[in-house]
Amino acid sequence: MAILDVSDLKQYFYLEPTFLAKLVGGKKPRIIKAVDGMSFSMEPGEILGLAGESGCGKSTCCLAIAKLREPTGGTIRYKENDIAEMSKKEIRKYRREVQLIFQDPYESLNPRYTVFDLVAEPLRALTDKNKAEIRERTLETIAMAGLEPEEYKNRYPHQMSGGERQRVGIAQALVLEPNLVIADEPLSMLDVSIRAGILDLIRDLSERMNFSCIYVSHDLSILSNISERLMIMYLGRIMELGITKDVITEPYHPYAQALIAAVPIPDPAYTRPIPEIKGEVAQPIDPPPGCRFQTRCLQVMDICRNTEPPLKEIKPGHAVACHLY
Amino acid sequence: MILEIENLKTHYQTEQGVVKANDGISLSINENEVVGLAGESGCGKSTLIRTLIRLVPKSAHVAADKMEFKGQDILSMPEKDFREKILWRGIGLVPQSAMNALNPVYRVGDQCIEAIQAHTNYDKAECEQIVKKLFDAVGLQAGMMKAYPHEFSGGMRQRSMIAMSLVLNPDLVIMDEPTTGLDVLVQERILRNIKEIRKMSESSVSILLITHDISVIAEMSDRIGIMYAGRLMEFAESMELFNEPYHPYTLGLKNAFPSIQALERELISIPGSPPSLLGDLPGCLFAFRCPFVIPECEKERPPDLEIKPGHFVHCIRTDHVEEFRKLAGDKKTWQSSTSAT
Repeated sequence: MAILDVSDLKQYFYLEPTFLAKLVGGKKPRIIKAVDGMSFSMEPGEILGLAGESGCGKSTCCLAIAKLREPTGGTIRYKENDIAEMSKKEIRKYRREVQLIFQDPYESLNPRYTVFDLVAEPLRALTDKNKAEIRERTLETIAMAGLEPEEYKNRYPHQMSGGERQRVGIAQALVLEPNLVIADEPLSMLDVSIRAGILDLIRDLSERMNFSCIYVSHDLSILSNISERLMIMYLGRIMELGITKDVITEPYHPYAQALIAAVPIPDPAYTRPIPEIKGEVAQPIDPPPGCRFQTRCLQVMDICRNTEPPLKEIKPGHAVACHLY
Repeated sequence: MILEIENLKTHYQTEQGVVKANDGISLSINENEVVGLAGESGCGKSTLIRTLIRLVPKSAHVAADKMEFKGQDILSMPEKDFREKILWRGIGLVPQSAMNALNPVYRVGDQCIEAIQAHTNYDKAECEQIVKKLFDAVGLQAGMMKAYPHEFSGGMRQRSMIAMSLVLNPDLVIMDEPTTGLDVLVQERILRNIKEIRKMSESSVSILLITHDISVIAEMSDRIGIMYAGRLMEFAESMELFNEPYHPYTLGLKNAFPSIQALERELISIPGSPPSLLGDLPGCLFAFRCPFVIPECEKERPPDLEIKPGHFVHCIRTDHVEEFRKLAGDKKTWQSSTSAT
C-alpha cells in the first residue's frame, strides 16, 4: 500500500489586476500555476528526492502535502484516505504522522525555548501523554538525533552551532514518530563538513523508524546521495521520475540532462560537458500551451508547442514527460 | 606575481578580547591564474577579502610581513592612493550576494559607467563602448544596459556585477561566493562566463575565487587554498591538492563532499565545529577535531611546511600522511575522535 498518493495536484495563485487595469476593465486576472498536475506515489520507508530550480513549485507541493494550504485541484491520498475529506479527528492524527524539517535552523527554532521544550512541544500539543512519558520520549529523541540529552536539554538555540540546531529541528520532527517526513532543503544553511552527518542521521533514522521522506533540494549532488528515487520538476510539472541512479547516470528528459550536466564535480581532472539548454527559467504565469520546457529546449518539435506531454513510463519505474520518447 | 601576501594577520579588538580572524596567512597569485580559497563559514574568508581591499574597520589591527600588489606595498600605502590607484584599476571585486549589490534606482549600465568615470577621464561614448563589450562577454544584450536591477533575474544581476568589476581592466578580480544561492544552471552559465572572460581579455586577468563550494573551486582553480579558523591549512596546485592531500582537514573535506559521479561513495562528516577565534590560540586549531592528533599538536602552532615546491601544509604530522590517507576513508576514524556535532 502506498503511503502517499498524489494525483493531478494543482496549486494556482491568482494575481489581482492592478487598480488601473480594473478601472479600465476587461483585464482577466493572471494565473500563476505553481504546481500544475503532479502525480506520484510513495512507498513506506522510501526516500524520494525532489529537485528543480527555484520557483519550480517544490515547496508549494510540500505545503499542499503537509495540508498547510488547500490545493486548487487534484487529490492527495494518505494511506488511501483523501486528506481534503478528513474529519477533524483524522486531521489531528494526520498532523502527528506527517512532519516537516525546515530549511533554516537559525530561523525555525523559537529562541526562548530550551532544547527540551522545543522537542517536547509537539508531544504536548498533539498527544495526551503525561509528564513523565513526555520527558522520557523527549530525552530519547534528543539522544536519537545525536545530541547528548543531559548536556543539551537546557540549552537555548543561540548556544548551539548550525549543525546542532538542525539536529534539534530533526528531533522536533521525529518526536511524534511520523510516517512521512518532508525535509525542505535541510542542509542549505549548513557547512560542508557537517552536512554528511545530518544526511546520515536522516537516512539512519528513516531506516530505523521506517518513515518515508520527501527530500527537497536544488542540489543534485546531495539528492544523488540520499534519495532512492528522484523526481525532477520544471515549472510546476514533473519532468522525470525514476530510481536515482538511473536518472543521474542516464537522464532522458532534455531538462534533466541539462540539469545534471551543470552540476560541478569535486575533481579538478573532470571536464564538465556544456549543458544543452537555452535562455533563462520562465515564469509560471499563464504558461503557453504544450510543454513547459519548450522555450528552453534545443530539441523542440511542433507537437511540443501544442500538446502537453504526459508523464509516461518508458521503462519499469522510470517515467518521463517528453514527446521524444 | 600579481599578489603576494606573507604572514598576514587581521585581528579585531572586541569587548571580549582579540578575535584573530586572519592569523598568519601566506599566499601568492600569479599572472593569469585562478586561485580558489575554500573554507567553512567563520573561517576568515571575508575578512581576508576586506583586508586585501583595505575595507576592514579602523579598529582592526592589520599586520603582515609582506602584502604586495604587483610589487607595490598595499598595506602601508595611504588609503587615498589605494582607492585611486589600486581599487578597480588593479583589483576588482565581485561582492558576496552581488544580487543585492546593485542600486535599485539607477540603470545597470549607468552604474557601470559611473564606476569608469569616477576613475578615468573617458567620455560617455567611450564608457558605453567598454560596458557594451563587457555585457557582451558575460552574455547580456547591450540593450540590457538601459534596464533597472529589478528587471534582471538573479543570474543576470550576478553577471552584470562581474562585468562591472572588469570595467577598468583590473589585473586581479576578487570574487566572493559568486554563485552561492543560484540555481545549478545559472551557476553553470556564470562559471562559463568567467572562463570566457579569461580567454578573451587582451591583458591577462587573475582571479581570487572564494567560496565554500569545493566542486566550484575544483572546476575553476589552478591552485587551491583550504582555509580553517583564520589560517591556511593547505595550499597547492588543484590536481595535487585533490590527488595527494596532506592535511587531515583536507582529507576530511574530500570525504564529506557529495558528487554525482560517485553515487555509491559513503560520505563522512568531520565531527565538531570550528573553534571560536577569540583570545590566544596555541597549537593547531584543527587539533580537537582531528583524528590523528598527538599531544604536540596542541602545544605549538604548526609551521607552514613546504612539502613539495609550491605545496604548503600547516601540520606537523605530514610524515605519517600515507597512513592518514588510508585511515581517512574509514568512517570509524572520524567517529572516534570527538563527540558528535
